[in-house]
Amino acid sequence: MIITIKLFASLRLGRFKVRVCEYPEGTTVGQVLDSLSITRQEMEIGIIFINGKRAEFASVLQADDTLAVFPPVAGG
Amino acid sequence: MKQELARLICQRAKNSRLAWSDQVKLMEETGFNLRIVEDQALAEGILPIRYQRNVHAISIDEQYRLFNSRVAVIGCGGLGGYVIEELARMGVGCITAWDYDYFEEHNLNRQLNAQFDNLGQSKVEAAARRVKKINPAVEFIGLPRKFEEQTGKDFLTGIQVVIDALDNITTRMMLADICRNLNIPLVHGAIGGWYGQVTTQFSGDNTLEQLYGKNQNTRGIEVDQGILSFVPAMVASLQVAEAIKILLGRGDLLRGKVMFINLLDMDIEIMELPSTQ
Repeated sequence: MIITIKLFASLRLGRFKVRVCEYPEGTTVGQVLDSLSITRQEMEIGIIFINGKRAEFASVLQADDTLAVFPPVAGG
Repeated sequence: MKQELARLICQRAKNSRLAWSDQVKLMEETGFNLRIVEDQALAEGILPIRYQRNVHAISIDEQYRLFNSRVAVIGCGGLGGYVIEELARMGVGCITAWDYDYFEEHNLNRQLNAQFDNLGQSKVEAAARRVKKINPAVEFIGLPRKFEEQTGKDFLTGIQVVIDALDNITTRMMLADICRNLNIPLVHGAIGGWYGQVTTQFSGDNTLEQLYGKNQNTRGIEVDQGILSFVPAMVASLQVAEAIKILLGRGDLLRGKVMFINLLDMDIEIMELPSTQ
């Protein structure tokens, strides 16, 4: 199935802004992040959206979904 | 006595504008303090000249409403320095600010009030001096201490808008809880590297919990990325715009939405984050 992945802020560094990728049916958000070498530590992942709705590592992606991943930002 | 003050203000005003020098003379002549003179002038529809360029973006009535507003700023570092500056220049009448910290050399790249001659000095006290220089009619209550739950609650009672200019997730979450319990709108801003985010949480919303809830870490990308000078300036400005709109009941707010700002790619993304409570 085809998934559009959008990375934000520092997650783009050394990766990409937007990429359309093919993944097997039943792929979770966590598996997509693993494939991009984005560690599941809190320091790298802030908030995740699928088609504009909040999602979790365990959320299962559907064909044509858009996954958006933001890192945590907390400085002042 | 107030009637007499009003008469004198009208006498001194030219084209419904009051010069600073006349405001000071009125103070000296009548014995009323600066805030009473300013309050009376605005009540009479007479605008101190330092607010002249606020008109017609806001009305004199709205300027008066800002003068009678109380805003709290939690954190006087990168964001807080600019937030306080802009609130004071807008003419928000009372600003309460927290920060236990002191200026250090590594603050100089981005914190408005950090200067070589005040390194080692309290950030809150530097902010107080700055406000006095740019708008002495503003009442500035500086709290050079940590923001803690009980004292936080006590000092925030009666505040109309709180601005989150903190630098860690743990205290931000505590602040969000307190504001929710006290029914005070909270304007959140956070920065790191080239990036920032802004959102406004109202009573009943759990926006910050959604943003940070499961994050056990206390900090974010700023640990690796540092913070560049223009990022706090921009995010603080967005926060102040939100605060002013809340006080005036105008415009559209980032309620239930988070604005993610990326100044490296000049990307602004607004994501919906409706309350899940």
